[in-house]
Amino acid sequence: MLQYHQCHILSGVYVLVPSMSHFNRLWGDHGQSALENARVCLINVTATGTEILKNLILPGIGSFTIVDGNKVTGEDVVFFLTKDSIGESRAKVASELLSELNEDVSADYVEEHVENMVQSNPDFFRSFSLVIATNICERTLLQLGENLWNMNIPLLICRCYGFIGYMRLAVKEHTVIESHPDSVLEDLRLDRPFTALVEYCDSLDLETMSKKDHSHTPWLVIIYKYLQEWKKTHNGEGPKNYREKTQFKELVKQGIRKNESGGLEEEENFDEAVNHVNTALLPTSVPSEVKKLFEDPSCTELNVESKRFWIMLRAVKEFVVNEGNGALPLRGTIPDMTSDSKRYIELQQTYRDQASQDVTIVTEKLQTLLQSIGRGELVSVSNPPMIFIALFFTGSYCIVMKNIIFRFTRPEELERQVVRGSFQKDAIMLFKKSFNIHCKNSAFVRLEDEDSDNETVFYVLLRTVDKFYEDYNRYPGWYNDQVESDITKLKSCMSKILQDWGISANIKDDYVHEICRYGAAELHTVASFIGGAAAQEAIKVITSQFVPFNNTYIYNAMKQTSVTIEL
Amino acid sequence: MEQEWTGRWNHAISFLQGVCKILVIGAGGLGCELLKDLALLGFKNIDVIDMDTIDISNLNRQFLFRAKDVGRAKAEVAAEFINKRVPGCNVTPHYDKIQNFDEAFYRKFHIVVCGLDSIVARRWINGMLIGLLNYEDGELDQSTVIPMIDGGTEGFKGNARVILPGLTACIECTLDLYPPQINFPLCTIAHTPRLPEHCIEYVRILLWPKENPFGGVVKRIIPAVASTNAVIAAACSTEVFKVATSCCLPLNNYMNFNDAEGIYTYTFEVQKKEHCLACSNIPQTLSFSENNKLQDIIDYLVESLAYQMKSPGITTSMNGKNKTLYMQTVKSIEEKTKENLKKTLKDLGLVDGQELYVADPTTPSSVSFKLNLGSSMEH
Repeated sequence: MLQYHQCHILSGVYVLVPSMSHFNRLWGDHGQSALENARVCLINVTATGTEILKNLILPGIGSFTIVDGNKVTGEDVVFFLTKDSIGESRAKVASELLSELNEDVSADYVEEHVENMVQSNPDFFRSFSLVIATNICERTLLQLGENLWNMNIPLLICRCYGFIGYMRLAVKEHTVIESHPDSVLEDLRLDRPFTALVEYCDSLDLETMSKKDHSHTPWLVIIYKYLQEWKKTHNGEGPKNYREKTQFKELVKQGIRKNESGGLEEEENFDEAVNHVNTALLPTSVPSEVKKLFEDPSCTELNVESKRFWIMLRAVKEFVVNEGNGALPLRGTIPDMTSDSKRYIELQQTYRDQASQDVTIVTEKLQTLLQSIGRGELVSVSNPPMIFIALFFTGSYCIVMKNIIFRFTRPEELERQVVRGSFQKDAIMLFKKSFNIHCKNSAFVRLEDEDSDNETVFYVLLRTVDKFYEDYNRYPGWYNDQVESDITKLKSCMSKILQDWGISANIKDDYVHEICRYGAAELHTVASFIGGAAAQEAIKVITSQFVPFNNTYIYNAMKQTSVTIEL
Repeated sequence: MEQEWTGRWNHAISFLQGVCKILVIGAGGLGCELLKDLALLGFKNIDVIDMDTIDISNLNRQFLFRAKDVGRAKAEVAAEFINKRVPGCNVTPHYDKIQNFDEAFYRKFHIVVCGLDSIVARRWINGMLIGLLNYEDGELDQSTVIPMIDGGTEGFKGNARVILPGLTACIECTLDLYPPQINFPLCTIAHTPRLPEHCIEYVRILLWPKENPFGGVVKRIIPAVASTNAVIAAACSTEVFKVATSCCLPLNNYMNFNDAEGIYTYTFEVQKKEHCLACSNIPQTLSFSENNKLQDIIDYLVESLAYQMKSPGITTSMNGKNKTLYMQTVKSIEEKTKENLKKTLKDLGLVDGQELYVADPTTPSSVSFKLNLGSSMEH
């Protein structure tokens, strides 16, 4: 890697570290390396498509391939197509201009219409980590969607139509360990302290220590100490309800030392202890989402084809049932708290050591499981895939396993015309859902309505313009002199669609006029908005970090609002 | 798109291409995106101000810059790139600080767009645009309103807002949206450091100013992400387009964006603050006791959520003469006036109802406060 990055701590001096370390702070080395190994395919050079690629190339995606059979024309000169390239291959010109952004990214293009590729060379797409389709007609999309679904390759569909942006994600299964939630509960185990923690706390004596040590004893130790005292008078149990916790706080407060005149010393650590009583005494438990995953057939019935995620999950499950005594492996981190440096680090080390012991046990179980299903790969804590386990237990950010499983369609529907079937069924379900809520509300289809659910109506409108295209081979409002007559045609398309779906709905004329006014224009700023959002979703899918949208997103640039709906 | 479409740019009415002048402040992550977006929307007269030069670490998101440009002024390279890539577009660069331009300069623009990472600069430009407003008999002359479109990003989070100075909530009205940074207690970082952050803070706060080994300043940064910049700049540019063409009502008036978990937007109207320091035209009062020291006023102006000043200097008028009570920004004056900080307001000769003029980097012109001097300790 040739580029280097300025370390901001020493602004003014260059400290040579790899340039991508900037992003490592967000998705880690392993996330960055997943990104650098990813192969992304973009279908069609549109403003939306090139903006997405730009935002993937900048952070350093491995490679990209553009599929587009068209030549550059005057109307589609966008930022990554130039005026002097009119007449040349769109795929070629865009890939050249985009690859200028980052020399570490390898660029490729295929000058071919996707409609033909899907028919003649469906296996072409097999080598990609993700396919992004823009400006693709419904018929081709359905075919491509089905192919990719069967090959287990994620598909991100993006479209910008006037002031409306639309994205849909189709992934058979997507698992996320590092969801990076904004806030998480600590994993401190005060209700079931491990041996090393007991030994460490017992080695400290609050009564005899100096004034300075007393006021710098970590609150974790203070709560532990008073908890043992409390248990002596409460049948060995900790404070359980609000009243008992209030009493327990009083007990802790009594520990604050008095000065010569009988007043209380200022001991910040005791204040912290009192403030943390409620959260620190929450019983250790396995989150319900994780428990549910333990029972998933993918976890209970492993086979030689099983994804590493499920095998690891199974190893964790076996730990919980056996050595863990009902608890997950220890995370191994503690929050910052008032303390002298020495004892803070000792306490931190106690948690870390226990966590690493737990990881070792899970690693062994993983090895055994792999062997039992006939897979010979070796695992160790230092083995790259094991980083995930280590992170899951000991890392500072990944805590609850969050598993998002997108299904493009239900398994039983995976027969003929799979995807089309699901599209139609989706639409019907969506409508039943949204109209059950809104049909009595006359404000539902009013443009000025503040209700954010309103964006769902654009889903219907986009499907309607597709129907229009199918019938007339052009988009409504394409020609300035036909805008008025197209409105009538578009309305009848919508009636047909709604009739097909078996729904009676009143969609206000204003919406139909608005969508007709767009004339299928791709407004650059809408493309750029979706370009940013889609790139981030692509990074989530590729790195298996953070939580992608599920599964349809509609952006309304008129009001700067958006909605995510699950179809 | 199979057919030639000659009317491609017809929607960009002549105002947008011929007359409308846009000022973009900042040519960094957001600024690069803004310039590209505005140029592709058909705007032709764009000025850009940025005081920075290109650093190698910018290249992973500031996509108008290449390795060969490192060391050159961001504004100049960005303008060259856009002018070349989008023929007909005329971007004029200004490699300078926003504070070095006067009212006549800012008055030339129809719309100001900000892609800044500094709250102080945002507040300054906000103050400048409010200063350009004309009131006749208490009525705002709307032709003096220059809309300000402001974008900000931090990791996966961002916001875009539309400010019509004098009409809708301004930056100072919503100062509480920018909470002051969390600081670690000095005793922790000096005596009982526990986290790497504590050690860095020790260097930043205690060692660096003393030793200043390489020059320059140390900043805390949250990594910027290319995709968030793209999203927020796009939303801001769409708003510029709406304001310039009236094709659609502008955003009313604040959008929050976050795509760490799914994609989330929240759009709402922030309210004008009745007693806003910048845009309310209501005189501000400071209530202190005559036994308070000048330092207490300074501390209050810095610490209070409503003012969040950086290094306020205070002058007043006594016996028809201007008197500087304290000023930090000019070293010789600082030395002459620092004794005043320890004096009580009474000893300084300040009386109830005294006008205090406060200058601060957060505002282009000084703000006048009426001193409400009582015997109680309340502010």
